[in-house]
This record gives sequence, C-alpha cells and structure tokens, in this order.
Amino acid sequence: MAVFKKPASLAEVTTSYCPGCPHGIIHRIVGECIDELGIEGKTIGIAPVGCAVMAYNFFNCDFIQAPHGRAPAVATGVKRSLPDHVVFSYQGDGDLAAIGTAETVHSATRGENITVIFVNNAIYGMTGGQMAPTSLPGQITQTTPYGRDVKIAGYPIKVCEMLSTLDGVQYAERVSVDCVKNAIQAKKAIKKAFQNQIDGKGFSIVEGVSGGPTSWGLGPVAALQWSRDNMRAYYPLGVYKDRDTEDKTND
Amino acid sequence: MSDKVLMKGNEALAQAAICAGCRHFFGYPITPQTELAAYMSKTMPKIGGTYLQAESEIAAINMVQGAAAAGVRAMTSSSSPGISLKLEGISYMAGADLPALIINVQRGGPGLGGIQPSQSDYDLATKAPGHGDLHILVFAPSSVQEMVDLVSHAFDSADKYRMPAMILADGLLGQMMEPVVLPEKAKEPSELPKKEWAACGHEGERKHNIVNSLYLQPQELEDVVKARYERYAKIEADEQMCEKYMTEDADFVIVAFGACSRIAKSAINIARKKGIKVGLIRPITLWPFPVDALKEAAKNAKAFLSVEMNMGQMVNDVKLAIECKKPVEFFGHTGGIIPTPAEIVAKIEKMQEEIK
Ligand SMILES: Cc1ncc(C[n+]2csc(CCOP(=O)(O)OP(=O)(O)O)c2C)c(N)n1
Repeated sequence: MAVFKKPASLAEVTTSYCPGCPHGIIHRIVGECIDELGIEGKTIGIAPVGCAVMAYNFFNCDFIQAPHGRAPAVATGVKRSLPDHVVFSYQGDGDLAAIGTAETVHSATRGENITVIFVNNAIYGMTGGQMAPTSLPGQITQTTPYGRDVKIAGYPIKVCEMLSTLDGVQYAERVSVDCVKNAIQAKKAIKKAFQNQIDGKGFSIVEGVSGGPTSWGLGPVAALQWSRDNMRAYYPLGVYKDRDTEDKTND
Repeated sequence: MSDKVLMKGNEALAQAAICAGCRHFFGYPITPQTELAAYMSKTMPKIGGTYLQAESEIAAINMVQGAAAAGVRAMTSSSSPGISLKLEGISYMAGADLPALIINVQRGGPGLGGIQPSQSDYDLATKAPGHGDLHILVFAPSSVQEMVDLVSHAFDSADKYRMPAMILADGLLGQMMEPVVLPEKAKEPSELPKKEWAACGHEGERKHNIVNSLYLQPQELEDVVKARYERYAKIEADEQMCEKYMTEDADFVIVAFGACSRIAKSAINIARKKGIKVGLIRPITLWPFPVDALKEAAKNAKAFLSVEMNMGQMVNDVKLAIECKKPVEFFGHTGGIIPTPAEIVAKIEKMQEEIK
C-alpha cells in the first residue's frame, strides 16, 4: 500500500509561503518529479528573487540563489559547465517576464538545455503586491490602485505564447494546480520538462497559473476562484509548443 | 623555456586564461576588448571549452556566476560601459564568495564616452565594484608579458580567497603587440584544486551545497560581512604588489599604473638626464593598494606625483597611503588622450620650483 509521504528531495522544513499559496503544491510536484526520475544527486536548482527566493532551503538538491531575473543566465553557466547534470530555474513573473525578459528569451532561443518552472501569480508578491508584467487589465494592485490601465501600463505578457514562436524552444506548457485533475496534468508537464532535459532535447518551460492570496487581498479559496474566473481567460491552459509532436506531424 | 611569440595584449590575455585552465568564457562584444572574445571563440571549441556570446553583459556575468558556482574556472571580458552592467553580478559573486576573473580593457567615460584608452574605472574597480560592503582583487598589468603572468595569478588568488578578481587593463595595452613567453606547461582544468563548496550535484554523498548571498537576519549578515573583511585584511597585509624604479635616491616619486607607468618611466629617464632625481612606484595590485611601499618612499621623497589617464582617482589613495605627510600632486589626461613624457617632466620641474 502506498503511503503518502513528503518527497525525499524536499527538505524537512516549513516553507515561508503564505497559507493557500500554490508555491507549496508546485514545490511538491517538482520534488516528486526529481524523486521519480532519481536525479536529486545531480540536480542544481536556481532560486529567483521573489517569494521563492529561499527555495534553496526547501529542496535537498544543490542550489544557487540568482540575482533578480538572472536565473536563466546563471542556469546557462551551470549547464555549460556540467552538461550531464540537471539544471532548473524556479521563477516568478516579475523575475522571468520583467527584469529578466532578456535572459528568458535568449536562453529559450539558444535552446539552452534547462528546465524552467515559471509561477505566474499576476503580482509582485515578495515586495507587497505591486503590478507585475502579467497583471490583468483592470487588476487592482498597490501600484495600479485604479486598476491596470492598458493605455498607461500596457498589456500583460503571455509568456508561453511568446516563447512558442522561438525555434530554440522544445516545450512550453501552461498548467494550473487549482484542483486535483489540473495538478495531475501539471505534474505530467513538469516531469516531461525534466525528462526533455535528461534526453538532451533543449529548453522546456512550464508556466503555472498561480494565485497570490495575500497580495491579492483574498483568502485561499477566493484566490483560487479569482484565478479561475479571471486569469484563465487571459492565460488559457495547454501545450503551446512541443517539438516532439511537431516533428511527428512533419514526418 | 618556451619560445617568444608576438601577441596582441587582448589575445595574450585570452591565451593566458586558457593556459591557466579556464575553459568557460562568456562575453558581449565591445571595443577595445574585441580580440579577446574573438580569440576565445576561435580557440575554445577546439579544446572542449565554452565560448558563449551572451545577450548582454548582465547575462554574461551571470553565466560566469553560474559556472563559478558550479565549481569551474570562468571568466568574462568587457570594457568600461559593459563593466557598469556587470556590477550587479560582481556584487552577488562577492556576497556568495565566488571566484572568477573579469577583464576590463578600459575606455573613456562617462556614458558612451569614447573608445580610446583610459584609466577612469580606477575608482569603480577599487572602491565600489558593486553595491554593498565588498572588495575584489584588482591587478594592473603594464606589458603584454605581465598580462599573461597576472591572468594566472589572478585566477589562483581568486580561488584562494574565494572572491572575484579583475584585470584592469586599458585600450592601449589591449591593442599593443609585444613579444611574450607563455607558460611552459599549461594547466588542465582537472589539475585545479577541487571546490568543496560548489553547487555541482551532491551525488548522494554530502549535504546539499547552497551558493547564496541572502541573509535576512541583520546579525547574521553582519557576521558574514565581518568575516569576509577579516579575509580582506589578510589580503591587504599579504598580497600588495608593486614595481619600484629608481626610488632609492628619488626626491620625486611618480605613482602610475598600467600604460601610464611606461610613459612615466620615459619621463624619469629624461628628468634624470636633467639632474632631477625622480623615481616610480608602479602599483601592480590596485586593490590591495601597495601602501607599504608608498609609506617607505615617503620617508625620503620630497613630493609625490600621481600620473593617470583620468581626472585624478588613484591620487587620493596615494595621499591616504602616505597619510598626507608629503605633498601629492596629480597630472593626467582623460578622454583617450595619453600623457606625454615631456608633459610629465614639465610637471616635475614645476613641482621642483614650488618646493624650493
Ligand atoms: C534588482 C532588483 N530590483 C528589485 C528588487 C525588489 N524585488 C524583490 S522581489 C520583486 C518582485 C518579484 O516578483 P515576482 O517575480 O513576480 O515573484 P513573486 O514575489 O510574486 O513570487 C522585486 C521587484 C530586487 N530584489 N532586486
């Protein structure tokens, strides 16, 4: 009989995440994938600047804490030094799609053989709830107190859609962990993103449409519902790019 | 002994890094360091190394950071405007105790400035190579041969003290061709000391390694920084390097580094013929600054003259080193103009007048 346990690659500590924040679930999924693939000993994680900055304390694999937005460049340096190892970055939307956009796009277009776990919560969580590059039109944040006005603040970035135009990208999928069914799909996607790297296939990104209960000023349940009601339309779930299936259709 | 070969400064820097066991270069194009990156792009693929042209200097320094954190010998090169962009990464590396080599083939600033030689990043390199309380090792070669010698020493020192090192060159040295002798035996990466702290996968054999500069508890952060400053103090005591030229009987001591020191030597030879006793202290390490040699020289010298290709930056360190016990003057040009020996002699003659 299977006993429900904490993945071995997750440390025996309490995380610093807010109650109801999907970071915990996504960490667990990453941990399960690392365990199942048996790669903890040769995995190096790259922590962002953002709520997940202390991910290095929550995983048992080796970790490097990168400057804000630079995780894909740091990951590139590690991967080019240790090509037989597994390197993943774990980043928020400000980190990946604002200050680190260049690093994201160029590691993707180089087809850097790394795995990127992207947690899109449409807000800057760590700094207390400012507008993110992925905040929705009309969304009220600390720095868009009248709602995000696209005439002033522009439009949100759809990361998977944007990256899927790049030839270097092996795999881009957007998932959610708001219910068991979606969490199972998220795990499949994350495992595939790691497997792709092990198979030497190149850049893989999984974007989790997440929620920020504290920064959004909502409770955990209401935050999940807000994510479903508002974010899902702008950020539809699904596979945006998969060279495996593309290659098949081309045959 | 190895044969002498004629090499451009920039190419010699690159070959010296390869001879020092460096197999990971990350950079972004900029004049006047161009030949360095070009040399790496040609050579690295042939020896199983990595040359990667990054999307920016910010990305390049962070790739260096990743490689350094993974435990390999890594480097980047750039020139002044690009160095501005690298400061974030240098600060993080200093905060995470990571060794790496950064080469700055300086050009004029501020802003886009110019592309001619300059030494105007002296303060940046020695005073504030990034945000926070930190130092990096700074080496100032004055010949192509010394570029070769210092690259290997800089890498070894960076490893020894677990901190970034910078070679502060300039466009003149980078573009100049001189005969050099390369190390007889190049180091293989496998011969370099193993880094127990590296994030290179624990393989189930140890606790996980974390490479990090974040300490949210003020006391913890202060303790970490203070421990690092104890290391810095040891470096200041043990690692000062300088060359002395005709200082024994000198009434006037010129202090100059890099390309400027070569011009200063010509000036000294002219002045000596005129019967003026001038000598030179040439700092080879800019941080740590060769304070001991300057203190010693201050005992007998009448005055000091700092000659720089900037508006007067090192001159303040000279004053501090000799505790203002003797007059310290400055002469220099900026913007890519190189001081001439005649100008320096004229300045010394003026100082002689004033002192009488
Ligand atoms: C260079 C730099 N600029 C700004 C900051 C401040 N800062 C820390 S976290 C953060 C936003 C992070 O937002 P996101 O990436 O969306 O992650 P989240 O906190 O929501 O998980 C900012 C702006 C910083 N640490 N460094």
